[in-house]
Amino acid sequence: MIILSIILIITGVFFFFTATFGLLRFPDFYSRLQATGKGDTLGSLLMLAGLALYNLSSGISLASILVSVKLLLIAVFIFIANPTATHALTRAGQDAGVEPWTKEEKSK
Amino acid sequence: MNYIVTFLILFANWLIWSGMFDSFHVSLGVISCGVVTLMSHDLFFENGKFQFSYITEFIRFALYIPWLIYQIILSNIHVAYLVLHPKMPIEPSIITFETTLKKEMSIVAFANSITLTPGTITMDVHDGKYFVIHCISRKVADDLLSGEMERKIARIFGEN
Repeated sequence: MIILSIILIITGVFFFFTATFGLLRFPDFYSRLQATGKGDTLGSLLMLAGLALYNLSSGISLASILVSVKLLLIAVFIFIANPTATHALTRAGQDAGVEPWTKEEKSK
Repeated sequence: MNYIVTFLILFANWLIWSGMFDSFHVSLGVISCGVVTLMSHDLFFENGKFQFSYITEFIRFALYIPWLIYQIILSNIHVAYLVLHPKMPIEPSIITFETTLKKEMSIVAFANSITLTPGTITMDVHDGKYFVIHCISRKVADDLLSGEMERKIARIFGEN
């Protein structure tokens, strides 16, 4: 169980890493948001699931189950809040007239 | 009816977050959930009325979540590949398409599912049916335009 939770947390960290890497590498505002807004969703889900599992591995009781349920509820909250925030940011960018980068422009 | 359902949902959340089951804390929970229910019983549901179809919608939505997580994992791996690839083969594009969904709730669920899957962001929804989507590469745009997600959402909320 501990090994499984370690695997989950490491995969979560990996997705956080790619999200940050994408933030630094991608060319414009919108594609940078693609990288960060999204890598976080799966990354935090995996890490919270790993933590919930790790918490259960020390002994299953009512209190530890409640803590795990709370950890998973944080994941549910992120799943609702993260897309909303990403959408609000792209919409603000669109309203402010930020031009999206496209491959054709680069070759000109 | 919506008093009872609102109260039950609030009280279930109270029990989970407080984690204490002695009579003092539970009665505190009953009092505060009761007050909040009196103030906000008409905010919780569409049109302020509870309908039994919400229960089936909720169950179908819960069954949809594992599929959504599977899609998120697949497209997250795709985005990770794009990020780590030395040449960074991204082709950002903005596509607009028309949806057949009509209910407000299903449009919200669809737009949020699109934003949740990596590689696609809902930038705007105008007139309740034209979605403006920013895609990071050709593959995610094709996945989206195949319309599988839209069909699943339509089935959840009892459309078509």
